This record gives sequence, structure tokens and C-alpha cells, in this order.
Amino acid sequence: MKKHIYLLLIASVAIWSCSKNDEEFLDRPSTSILTQEQIFSDPKTTLSVLADLYNRYYDFGTVEDWASLAGFNVAYWSEAGRYPEFQNDGWGYGAWGTWDYAYIREINLFLERCSEATELTEEDKTRFLAEARFLRASYYFEMVKRMGGVPLILESETYDFSGDASYLQHPRETEAAIYDFVISEAEALKDILPNDANTKSRATKGAVLAMQARAALYAASIAKYGATTPQVSLPGGEVGIPASRANEYYTKALEASEAIINGEAGGYGLYTKKPDLSENFSSIFYDKANNPEAIFVEDYLVGGGKTHGYTIVNQPRFGAEEEEGGRINPSLQFVQSFELLDGTYAPLENEVGDAPVYFDNIGDIFQGRDARLAGTVILPGSKFKSTDVDIWAGVVLADGSVVSGDSRGQQKELPGMTGQVQVVGFDGPIDGLEFTAQTGFYIRKYQDPATGSGRRGTQSDVWFIRYRYAEVLLNAAEAAFELNQPELAADYLNDVRERAGLTVPLTAADVTFDKIVHERYVELAFEGLHFFDLKRWRLAHVILDGNPISPEEVTENIGVATKRETQPYNIWPYKYYNPGDANDGKWLYRINRLSRITGSDRFRLGNYYSEIGQGLINNNPKLVRNPNQ
Amino acid sequence: MKVKFYILALLVLAVSASCELDNFNEPDADFTGNIVYEGQAIPVARNQVRFELWQSGYGSPAPIDVAIAQDGSFSSRLFSGDYKLIFLPGEGPFRASSDTLYFNLSGNKTMDLNVTPYYMIRGAQFSQSSGTVSGTCGVDQIITGTNGRAVERVTLVINRTQFVDTNSGGEGSIAQVDADLSDLNNLSMSVDIPEDAKKPDQDYIFARIGVKVEGIEDMIYTPVEKLNL
Repeated sequence: MKKHIYLLLIASVAIWSCSKNDEEFLDRPSTSILTQEQIFSDPKTTLSVLADLYNRYYDFGTVEDWASLAGFNVAYWSEAGRYPEFQNDGWGYGAWGTWDYAYIREINLFLERCSEATELTEEDKTRFLAEARFLRASYYFEMVKRMGGVPLILESETYDFSGDASYLQHPRETEAAIYDFVISEAEALKDILPNDANTKSRATKGAVLAMQARAALYAASIAKYGATTPQVSLPGGEVGIPASRANEYYTKALEASEAIINGEAGGYGLYTKKPDLSENFSSIFYDKANNPEAIFVEDYLVGGGKTHGYTIVNQPRFGAEEEEGGRINPSLQFVQSFELLDGTYAPLENEVGDAPVYFDNIGDIFQGRDARLAGTVILPGSKFKSTDVDIWAGVVLADGSVVSGDSRGQQKELPGMTGQVQVVGFDGPIDGLEFTAQTGFYIRKYQDPATGSGRRGTQSDVWFIRYRYAEVLLNAAEAAFELNQPELAADYLNDVRERAGLTVPLTAADVTFDKIVHERYVELAFEGLHFFDLKRWRLAHVILDGNPISPEEVTENIGVATKRETQPYNIWPYKYYNPGDANDGKWLYRINRLSRITGSDRFRLGNYYSEIGQGLINNNPKLVRNPNQ
Repeated sequence: MKVKFYILALLVLAVSASCELDNFNEPDADFTGNIVYEGQAIPVARNQVRFELWQSGYGSPAPIDVAIAQDGSFSSRLFSGDYKLIFLPGEGPFRASSDTLYFNLSGNKTMDLNVTPYYMIRGAQFSQSSGTVSGTCGVDQIITGTNGRAVERVTLVINRTQFVDTNSGGEGSIAQVDADLSDLNNLSMSVDIPEDAKKPDQDYIFARIGVKVEGIEDMIYTPVEKLNL
């Protein structure tokens, strides 16, 4: 009987499972994947797709990668594994290349899918589409800066598996055409995007105008200064812009900059909240509350899952919150290029004739200079997070010999003294010891003064500013200068210089090419812009010419645009020890080059535009190689 | 018995896995020669001037870079086969034929490549006395007309090692000086030998003269000369 019951059961299961609704029953919506319709029906999910595209924005320099901000010998890298960067003689042709057409495709797909969406409000949709177009233009701008003209793909493309992919192979546009695209996209987007100076991390009218000004300025200077290096061009114009177009681009750059300066994009202005001008300058980069200077930023949030370790890797080693820090060490050449308050250039006066100059306080040698110096660099004798840094290299005895140590804060016995005293700072500098201030300096720009910013468990949420108001002023000044309006250029430069505490304003006659170069060098250092300035003025192969810098020339020609920049130098403070002498206990400085710096960088003509890899050319034979490679 | 069986299996594996089926032969041909003008090798800076070799028939093509040594010679160890050779535009202080050169390699091959330099350095003479190296030479313009280019500078370079050029920074030169260009047929320059604390007793030095042509990155040099102090 039991057997029969089993049979019955099996039979009934078999019957029941043959129901007509099988297909309906099994067709369940996925609980882990959102469909296109679901995403583009809700502004929140659409925004999160857009946020991913924002997150993939390409920066040449960024706080997430400290070395990217400190290249080209503006600083020494105090990390043992990076010393080889100062022992080689240049860069490969492929350096700095970028070719992310997957990113372009995903932006194009976003544009196509979002514009087909039916359930988004028209207002949301317009803004999302404009933001995606801004991101796409930004990336094309990034590509043209590094690679020259690239294929301009504005629609998503699909392979038809026919075995012939030639319809997907597009030739490179001219360099001018990509710049024109960036400028025209900006023109089209500026009145669609929100006119709101308080939105910093999403595209606004201010951001798009700032991008337009920068792109037009870069294109203009490539047209003008590219004429000095005719071999850095291609016959098809994929690299190089005709000189005849310079004026047109400069005019556009001035127009776009002035639109921001005149307040058309909202209330942007210079940051002037703090009375101490140096502190004011460093605050631009970490004060995120009502900061009128920042136009477009990459933002971070501690506790929000998005932080970076810039302060961890750069904090002064003495008193650091982790057992590391101190990586970016600004060079002597950078520090001495800051003007005296009356606007004149002067080397750091460590010697008169051959006799050393003695200073009462360790930081005195840096006094009376452009306030941006102390705002950008942590100088010996200054503070970070209310703690004094301890940067001094040793004790100089009466006969000029040096007593120093090879570990941080080492103690030794000095002649004529019983007991040991400290003979070197806890921040070094010690030649070859990583994380100490090997040039005598640490970086201050972008370091976060908040407690915990130097801890790996907390990290920093200081934002990275991609476009800021002072750069817009300098862009306007440069464009005005090139358009023969030196009075206007002087006005814009003076706005920036006044905030830096410089007392003598520039007159129209003072504005020269070298002055423009200098002002951008000191104001925008360690922001990832210096490299492209060198490239577009075609100065890179001149100042990075592969020759070592002699100790004599290092303090000469300050403020000259063509000054050699192949190696960083250092200047070290020493304590003078000579009991009974009037100078006992005072400070003197010595200029030197670190023993680890054995190479000198040479920027070859083939480095101006990064190499398009052989693999890409094999896949698309229509791509032309960049020149001189 | 079982252990022996495993050993046997391993042996069979080892023998069958090491069959020659998928092994390539090693490169078997030396390709050597000089870049020459009128039979004379053209010295350049070490590892700065290159040409490309392409071998067809092996999947996705990639160029083989061949660097030219400082005496103007080159050598490369290659697989036998068909090659094409091209100079990239703008490479070298000369104009090379823009045509691609095809050749077949089977066994060693020596081939001189004819190029036309912008200038040739003639009659270079070096001398040294009391810590100063002097050099004289004339510069002869080879390419004239629309493709001609002016001389930017003529430089006497000295170095402690036999690698002498202006491009390699401290590795390629310990001192250099530019000549006065008023008479290109009769150039002279002299440079003091800097003191070197690391090697004060070295009693010889190497020198050569280089010509930088306007708008061309690579310089053309004389052969390296060893001078006894």
C-alpha cells in the first residue's frame, strides 16, 4: 500500500508542475541588476551613473597621486624607491599617454540612453545631458593636451561581427579641431548648466567657462609658440596649430575669462578670508566652506568613503601621525623664485663674498618674500598643525667643518662640551634618508591641517581644485598680454599679486612674457598645470636640456623663463657653534646638490606629444604616429 | 612497484613535454654596418639615433629598434627572414631616403646605409696643453637649398670616459664649450679640464666636436679622440 502512496505523490507532483504559468513563474526581475529603463526612470539612479563618470575624470596631477603634482624637478622626492627618477636622463615617449575610448563610449552611451528616457523631468534631463557633455569635452581636452589630435567619437559604435572592422577605424582629427570641439561644447553648455558658484563638484557655468578659457589659451599658445619648433608638427595638422589662429584663440580665452571675472557665472572671487596672507593662501586649498575661489573640484569626505592620503605621504616626519611623510621636497630653485615684497628677484642670501651670513632665527633668510612662499612650502622654522618642524642639517664649528648625524635628531658630543647634544633636526635633512626634508623644505599646499588627516585609518578629505579663480585671472592676463593690452594684463596680474602681499603693483611696461611665466609658476605650482605650461610655450626642451646644473648658475637668472630645471638643489640650515663668538648659536645656510641626484632630465622633442602605442596603430592603421618618435 | 610506476609516468611526461615542436630557434643572424656618407661613417651621440626594422609574417607587427653607436655603426642579432628598414622622419642629423628598404636576411649580413648629413666636420684636430683641450675644425654644408639648415652651434665636448656627447648630461661630458661661428671653415675652441676629486690622477681624456643644426635634435660629431695628458 505504501508503494501506491508514493506513486500517487509522484504522479501528482508531475501533474502540478505542468501548469500553464511556467514561463510567468520563472520570469522574475533580477534583484541585483538594474535595467536601463529602471535606471533612467529615476533621477537618483541616473545621477549615480553620472557620478561614476565624474569619478573617472582624468587629472594629470591629483592629490591621490602625490608624484603627479611634483614632477619636472620643481621638487625632490624623498622616498627611497623614487630616487631613480633623479638618476635617469629623461622620459620614454609613451609617458603621460592616455587613450581611454571606453570612457568616451560610456559617456556617449549615457547621452544616448538618457536622452531617450521618458520618465525624467525635462529639467533633470537637460542638466544630466549637459554634465555628461562637459565630462566628454573635458576628456577630449585632456587627450589633446597629451596626445595631440585624436579621433573624435561622439556616438557609441557597435561591431557587427562581419569580420571587417574597418568602419570602426577613425583617423585622427587635427589638434586644432579637438580644441575647437572643446571650445564650442563649452559655448553650447554655458547657458544650460546651472549658474551657481556654490556648486563646486558638479559642472556649472563657471566650470565650463574656466575650461573654455584654459583650452583657448592652450590652443593659442601652441599656435604662437609652436612656430619656434616647426619639427613638432605633422603635415596633416594632427599635431601643431597654424600660427595664424593664435589671435582668434587668445581673444576667445580673454572673453571666457572675463565672463567669469565680470560675475556672469556667479559670485567667484579671490579667497581673502584670513589676515595672515600665507595662511590665507594655504587655506584656499583646504577651506571648503563658502570658498569663492574654487570653481570646479574633485571633492572628498571623511566618513563618506572617499578620502585620499596626500597628507599621510607629505606630512612633516617629526610628529607625523604615521611613520612616514615628507615626500615632496620643493627645490631651492622654486623657493628662491618667490619675489621680495617689492617685486624684485633675489637669491637667498646665504653668503656675502665667501663669508657665510649668520641669522638670529632659523627662518629669517626667508623673510620679506611673497606670502605665497610660506603658503606653498613648509619652511624651516615654521609650523604645521601647530607643531614646529625641526629642519636643520647639523652644527658648523669655528673652522667651518660640520658635525651632523645620520639618523633623525641624533645626539653627539661637540668639542669643548661635556655630554651629548642634538646635532641634526628630527626632520633631517639627511642626505638619502627618505621622508626627511632633503631639500630643506616640505610641501604645504594641499596638506590638511585637520587632526587625523595623516592617519591611514582616517585620511584626508581636502578637495582637489581643478579650476580656480586665480588661474582664470592669470589666463586673462596672459591672453591680454598676447593681444597687446599690457595695461589690462597688469591689472589682472596685480589682483593676484596683491593678495600675495606684493607691495609694488606692476605697470603695463613691467608685463613681459617672463613675468607671465613666473606668475603662473609660483601661483599654480603643485597643481598639475606646470607641465602643460612648459609644453604649450615649447619651453620644455629648453629648460630640460639634459645638462646638469652647476652650483654657480643655480642662483642666477631667477625669474627668467628659460632657466634650466634639470635637477633640484637644496639649501640646508646649520647651527653655528663657537662659544665666545658673537655668532654662536646663530644660523647659516649652505647650498648643495643631493648625492642621489646623478642624472639630469632631458625632454626630447618626441616627448611633446605622447606616443600612440604600436598596438593601437596595428588595430587602426589610420592613426598617424606623433612626430620625432 | 607503485612508486616505480609514477617514476615511469614522470619520465614519459618529461620526455614528451620537452619535444622540439614548439621551440623557436634562437636568432641566428647578425645584421651589422654603418651609416655612411660617401663611404665615411657618420658619428652621432650614443643611443640617440635609431632606425626601425620590421619583419613580416609574425602576427601583429612591431618594430625592432636599432640604435646607432657613437662611431656610426650598428649591429643587431635577428632571426633570418624578410625585413624592411625605415628611418623615422626627424631622426638623426641627416636626411635618409624616405623610401623603405627591403632586404632578406639569411645568415650574417653587413650593409652600409647611405644618408645625407646636413653638415660634415672636416679636418678636426685636437690638442691639449696645461689643463686645456683645444680643437679646430671646419664645417662643410652638404644639404643646401630649400632643405638646408643653418648651424646652431659647434661644441667641443670632453669627458673622462670614452662616451662623449652633449646629450647624456653628466654621463656624456664633464665640460663643453661653443665655438664662435663667424667663419665656418675655420673654427677653434678650447675648454679647461675641470678638476675631479674622484679621479685626480687620470692621465688621459676623451674629446670630440659636435655640430648642432637648427631645428634638428640629434647632433653630428667627429670620432672620439683620446688625448694623453
